[in-house]
Amino acid sequence: MVLVLALGDLHVPHRAADLPAKFKSMLVPGKIQHIICTGNLCIKEVHDYLKSLCPDLHITRGEYDEDARYPETKTLTIGQFKLGLCHGHQVVPWGDLDSLAMLQRQLDVDILVTGHTHQFKAYKHEGGVVINPGSATGAYSSITYDVNPSFVLMDIDGLRVVVYVYELIDGEVKVDKIDFKKTATMHA
Amino acid sequence: MLPDGGADDEERWLAEGIAGVQQNAFYMHRALDSNNLKDALKYSAQMLSELRTSRLSPHKYYDLYMRAFDEMRKLEMFFREETRRGSCSVVDLYELVQHAGNVLPRLYLLCTVGSVYIKSKEAPAKDVLKDLVEMCRGIQHPLRGLFLRSYLSQISRDKLPDIGSEYEGDADSINDAVEFVLQNFIEMNKLWVRMQHQGPVREKEKRGKERNELRDLVGKNLHVLSQIEGVDLDMYKETVLPRILEQVVNCKDELAQFYLMDCIIQVFPDEYHLQTLETLLSAFPQLQPNVDIKTVLSQLMDRLSSYAAASPEVLPEFLQVEAFAKFSNAIGKVIEAQVDMPVVGAVTLYVSLLTFTLRVHPDRLDYVDQVLGACVKKLSGNAKLEDSRATKQIVALLSAPLEKYSNIVTALELSNYPRVMDYLDNSTTKVMALVIIQSIMKNTTCISTSDKIEALFDLIKGLIKDMDGAQDDELDDEDFKEEQNSVARLIHMLHNDDHEEMLKILCTVQKHILQGGPKRLPFTVPSLVFSALKLVRRLQGQDGDVIGEDVPATPKKIFQILHQTIEALSCVPSPELALRLYLQCAEDSKAQITAIHLIIGTLQRMSIFGVENRDTLTHKTTGYSAKLLKKPDQCRAVYACSHLFWTDDQDGIMDGERVLLCLKRALRIANAAQQMANVTRGSSGSVALFIEILNKYLYFFEKGIPEITNTVIQDLIELIRTEKQSENSVADPSTEAFFASTLRYIEFQKQKGGSIGEKYEQIKTT
Repeated sequence: MVLVLALGDLHVPHRAADLPAKFKSMLVPGKIQHIICTGNLCIKEVHDYLKSLCPDLHITRGEYDEDARYPETKTLTIGQFKLGLCHGHQVVPWGDLDSLAMLQRQLDVDILVTGHTHQFKAYKHEGGVVINPGSATGAYSSITYDVNPSFVLMDIDGLRVVVYVYELIDGEVKVDKIDFKKTATMHA
Repeated sequence: MLPDGGADDEERWLAEGIAGVQQNAFYMHRALDSNNLKDALKYSAQMLSELRTSRLSPHKYYDLYMRAFDEMRKLEMFFREETRRGSCSVVDLYELVQHAGNVLPRLYLLCTVGSVYIKSKEAPAKDVLKDLVEMCRGIQHPLRGLFLRSYLSQISRDKLPDIGSEYEGDADSINDAVEFVLQNFIEMNKLWVRMQHQGPVREKEKRGKERNELRDLVGKNLHVLSQIEGVDLDMYKETVLPRILEQVVNCKDELAQFYLMDCIIQVFPDEYHLQTLETLLSAFPQLQPNVDIKTVLSQLMDRLSSYAAASPEVLPEFLQVEAFAKFSNAIGKVIEAQVDMPVVGAVTLYVSLLTFTLRVHPDRLDYVDQVLGACVKKLSGNAKLEDSRATKQIVALLSAPLEKYSNIVTALELSNYPRVMDYLDNSTTKVMALVIIQSIMKNTTCISTSDKIEALFDLIKGLIKDMDGAQDDELDDEDFKEEQNSVARLIHMLHNDDHEEMLKILCTVQKHILQGGPKRLPFTVPSLVFSALKLVRRLQGQDGDVIGEDVPATPKKIFQILHQTIEALSCVPSPELALRLYLQCAEDSKAQITAIHLIIGTLQRMSIFGVENRDTLTHKTTGYSAKLLKKPDQCRAVYACSHLFWTDDQDGIMDGERVLLCLKRALRIANAAQQMANVTRGSSGSVALFIEILNKYLYFFEKGIPEITNTVIQDLIELIRTEKQSENSVADPSTEAFFASTLRYIEFQKQKGGSIGEKYEQIKTT
């Protein structure tokens, strides 16, 4: 069993002061094995904070990130799953599932994680999963009105992944879960 | 005093002394065993004569004394046995020992018999004690006298006529007990102080050190006093404390004053201190100018505040005796009296007083402000502080209320707070400002009125703008970034749900951050912009009826503020930023690519423009896309532009012809890229572009653009196959995987059946 934290679009300090305190108290060091961050952190302090939660940190570059060393896309393999990571501002139209599916084919991944729209989304699509963890700080967005802070925790176990979504609605954390099983024959 | 013979000589003298003690003790034991009183007295007196030496340092003398002391216990036991058996009455014994030839041995023996005398109860304890303490005046040599009186104190401790003790005498006997200890204390202190003034001046420091080793002999008396049952609050208040303080003040000795004041505070109970605060504090201004009063006073305040914290039921007493006012007064007087006290000393005193106030009277914000005000008064006349220790104390002074009242808003009500900050140097002002911001972030304090925010900006102005007189200091770039980022984060904590107040807040923030100058604006402006945009969105979320001339908060007004703010940013010459962008362009035109994608993405979502405007914009965008530095980037931007001509929303634009134009243009660029790659025998990768374009074709194929037919797609698939084979280099696995998954997708769609499956039916993937 491997726990993967997926989050992005924090936009600190431009659009938010910090992660919600409720989230911070949930995210403690030592529980998570990997962090994948879609980008727009935007400053080093946030990078350092994430690193303190878990040293295995994967980040792609959002349009507001200072750190130019983050790549545009990144793929990594966790257990039986191949994951793809991309901020998503490059994929026009933004948040469009069919366009994201093309990126999923291009990166040849089972799970594609992107951000940019600040809206939580998780689809099962063409035998894979497309996830948008939303904005972890609930940052202002010109695309999405009424952004609630949210992040995603993936529990990867063999061929099965359970995606937990944590959303902060009116000061209360709501949890949702999506179950996904990979068919072993999916990839050659 | 004999001249100092060095450590070796001293060792020798001590060895000789010990040998003398041991030898005489041996004969004394023999006499004791054979019940020979006369010999016992003779040899014990000879043994005690060894203590007459003047050649030993206090440390060594103590060693010798302890050996003699152990022997004297045995003698005392013998005396007791002797008197019990009736072979000799204690009164006779008391007379007998006074025949010893030398005064020092005589007095030791007298004290020893005195102890037996009191125990026998043949005379009232008070009379014997009074006699002994008077007789001890016979020794005026400081070191010898101190040890003799220490001996007296030791043997009399359990024989004081205390209330409830077996030696309690008539009604007033407790007074006698106290009087005895006090007198012994006073005499000992006099001897102790006198030590300082003996011997050559050059050894003054050494003597100070030696005296320090002896201090507990003197302090022991105070401890004894605190242990006397009969010393109740009244007695302490009326007799004990005034007498001790009188001695402390009058001895005019720095070392004694510092030690004894500290001792008083340590040994007597907190409750007594609280009830005699006025008397105790009145002594402080009378102490010698060099006494380290701040340490002692801080100690007292610490003790009392811990006392209050541990037993909240005594709090009313604190109020009743006006503890705060008394401390505050005393500190004022001490500072006045000790003209030479460095600033750090005064500030340390205020820190202690503040800590006391915060712990004892957390609800009295006015006290806190008073302390800060007093501190300002002390600092006034000084320029900015340069003493780093004083600065540290000021930081402690200012941090204490922040820690106590986790809500910064409370601190903002302290009128003297910013006035104290004015005395800090520029870099410390910044440190303090960061502490304030961190406190806000840590407690997620929301500051919700514009006047509070005005006060806050006054406190953190060191971060907001260049300070007067600050040379363009060599501030570390990283540090500066961190500072400004924390200001940017702070802006999100300034919030009010009321739209009008929020608008005021935005104006206040804008006013302050616009003073930041070119270096700060890039950090702070984005936060203000987004904070303002959030308000706009809230206004939009309202019902429509708020629009009117007299409504202060309208989106239009906010956009005006935004316009001003952003304009300020664009006016700032920011060569560094430009250079960075330039470098990036030279590197890989990354920034341009990001920008063009943002433009395409935004434009794709905009439905507000008229046909003509939109045409201009889309045309320009496609044009720019095709001018990016590298071919693959051009290609990707151009195929992304295809989405500008096909949107899914209601009155969507559906211009299949121009979609196809974009895709064909992308193909041409991909071709060119392929040829370039062939010429340079460079890396592969252009095939990936063809596959990406194929995916775009599939996307619009599914959307039903008539111009895109299955033959067009089939041709493209064949083209990719050919290109793949003709590519010189080995096939790239990621390209292979991409192509395979694309073909798999086509198969997947076929199997779906229905209209989609039918559409895909004709396309062959093998």
